[in-house]
Amino acid sequence: MTTLKPALPLSRRLHLALTDKRISGLIWQVVVVGIAVAIVAWLWSNAIHNLSVRRISTGFAFLGREAGMPIDDTWLPYSPKDTYLRAFIVGLTNTLRVAVIGIVLATVLGTLVGVARLSANWLLSRLAAVYVEVLRDIPLLLQLLFWYVLMQGLPAARAAWKPIEGVFLSNRGLVLPSIPLGSGQLWVLLAAVIGLVGLYAIRKRLIARQMHDGRVRPIWPYALVLVVGLPALTSLALGVSWSIALPELRGFNFVGGMTLAPEYFALLVALTTYTSAFIAEIVRSGIQSVSRGQWDAAMALGLRRSFVLRQIVMPQALRVIIPPMTSQYLNLTKNSSLAVAVGYQDIVSIANTTLNQTGQAIEAIALIMLVFLTISLGISLFMNWYNARIALVER
Amino acid sequence: MTTVTQAPGNPLPFGTSRSRRTFAGRAIGWLRANLFSSISSSIVSLLLISVLAKAFVSLVQWGYWNAVWLVPDNNPGACRAVRGLGACWAVIPEKLRFILFGTYPFNQQWRPALAMLIFIALFYVSSRPKWWRKELALIWAAALVVIGLLMWGGIFGMPYVSQDRWGGLPVTLILATFGLAFGFPLGILVALGRRSKLPAIRSLSVLYVELIRGVPLISLLFMASVMFPLFMPDGVNIDKLLRAQIAFILFAGAYLAEVIRGGLQAVPRGQHDAADALGLSYWKKNGLIILPQAIRHVIPPLVNTFIAFFKDTSLVLIIGIFDLLTTAKTAIIDPAWQSFSVEVYIFVALIYFAFCFAMSRYSRGLEAQDAHKAR
Repeated sequence: MTTLKPALPLSRRLHLALTDKRISGLIWQVVVVGIAVAIVAWLWSNAIHNLSVRRISTGFAFLGREAGMPIDDTWLPYSPKDTYLRAFIVGLTNTLRVAVIGIVLATVLGTLVGVARLSANWLLSRLAAVYVEVLRDIPLLLQLLFWYVLMQGLPAARAAWKPIEGVFLSNRGLVLPSIPLGSGQLWVLLAAVIGLVGLYAIRKRLIARQMHDGRVRPIWPYALVLVVGLPALTSLALGVSWSIALPELRGFNFVGGMTLAPEYFALLVALTTYTSAFIAEIVRSGIQSVSRGQWDAAMALGLRRSFVLRQIVMPQALRVIIPPMTSQYLNLTKNSSLAVAVGYQDIVSIANTTLNQTGQAIEAIALIMLVFLTISLGISLFMNWYNARIALVER
Repeated sequence: MTTVTQAPGNPLPFGTSRSRRTFAGRAIGWLRANLFSSISSSIVSLLLISVLAKAFVSLVQWGYWNAVWLVPDNNPGACRAVRGLGACWAVIPEKLRFILFGTYPFNQQWRPALAMLIFIALFYVSSRPKWWRKELALIWAAALVVIGLLMWGGIFGMPYVSQDRWGGLPVTLILATFGLAFGFPLGILVALGRRSKLPAIRSLSVLYVELIRGVPLISLLFMASVMFPLFMPDGVNIDKLLRAQIAFILFAGAYLAEVIRGGLQAVPRGQHDAADALGLSYWKKNGLIILPQAIRHVIPPLVNTFIAFFKDTSLVLIIGIFDLLTTAKTAIIDPAWQSFSVEVYIFVALIYFAFCFAMSRYSRGLEAQDAHKAR
């Protein structure tokens, strides 16, 4: 605190004290926090009062009660007799199911379109530009409704479109052949995963040795043994039978195979195409951010263009691409909550139904927030880790 | 996949010097450079041309050749006849007034129409750099008041129309414009708060931004429509549209704050030091020196946020507010026209596209200008 001479009159001292940075800062903070606390306290007391008037008890006890809400499209076993907690978990898996697959598909599609936008072929690059522009400038919800209407307008199951054997597209959704998973198949999958991990370790070692003596050592023999050989051997040893379940039409519906419900399919298509347009722009600007000298230098070394793109330009472009890509992944996940508009039951839709049935508004919204903040945090952490991994290592 | 051009922004070689003389020669040169420069490029071109030609033909057949443009007195019979073969554009003129204005009293619909024109004029004026002065805030205030008067009425001989009868495009524009008009100052305050040296204010701002951005907009809208009454004292009843509007303002504030924060970070430290050396107060320093530079830096991303925000207003469909998308969806509930929803969605998509495309073009123009200046 500044020392003031006692000779100064009180008003002058007060003025000096108020213009002191630390004191005025303290006053500002107290005022702003005070207002915020007052607003929250007021809202809270209103809420407590209203809840007691409506005889709604706060707390998460309702999660143990019977939900009584039907959920059509689930991966986990579920019946309306199950609890709200289970309904929430089913909703969460539904959200993750559409978000994760959507992220993978949107990344692939977006990268293809982004590269196509830079193609030397005029037609291809114009087409990619139109794709991006049209999808970006129309609300996602409208696109979702549009896809859903198109799905409903497809022929009935009896007259389903059959682009290839075993694939049916009808107003019942998309029906695909599937491989029934038993314990044997899971062991084979596990073997493949182990093989991949091993391959990754070997690749690291090979690169380290190449750094040492400059000799390029092929990795494909290891890949053949670990990723193809190991699972194949496991399959033979356990005698796993690989039957493909082809769906077929019986009566009015399909039997066998795997069905993507029209709601899920419409949502997946809408999310994928919409987000891919944004990803395409990110990929394009990322590639363009790599300076021309990098291309020239690589071409002067006589490298092939595809090699230059993959090994020289892309690693540098990724540094520009990753941060905005993270926010696109987050957007896709949040946008998956539009599911409620077409009746696909994701976590937000289930929370909304719960809210209407039980009146537990605060708890339901708190659960939504918890879930999405956790997912956001998870994606951010993963992408930050990846970003740090590919970051420029300066000498 | 074809290869990637190595020089972004550089014009492609335009024909060869020999064949430049005649138009045909130039055209052939262009084709060779841009469509048939290599074997793989030629294959892609031929493939695309054949697919596009096929798509174009079937689109013209459906959308123009076999389409029904008008039907006599609300009778979709002619449309039924071409179902699956041609579009039924007749549904648009039939439902146009409802899609654009919702359930607003029919003989009073000139008022929302006029409000829409005022909105568009307002957007146009705001987009001209020569209008970026203090007076613009006054123009905005005046325009928003006039729009309110037009929509509500109750004076100048205009009968009163309550909010629950508003609908269509004006509601979309109101949600977007008011959301931005109030969200923008809020965003500035929060952005400043996030860069403040005062820990309590900084953490409050961070909490606000992260909470709003961490959850989907729909859950905010559910909150506004379901939870809001719970937080109000007895007897206070706020209209649904206004509640959604408040949710949109809070939403816009958080997203705009992040964009503006980016701009604030781009202002060099010397500007702060110089302003401090002049003895300017915190508000004068930011209002006169820092913010004008910061916002100028981020105009293109701001416009992109506006576009996203404009599209996001369509989410009010889920809580049952009659914006443009909701009126469109409601218009095709009518059993007579039920099966022609694709046409209606295409029409509405065109309206959204027109607004968003104009904005994105504008933002790109600004970016190009900036790049030109920087050179």
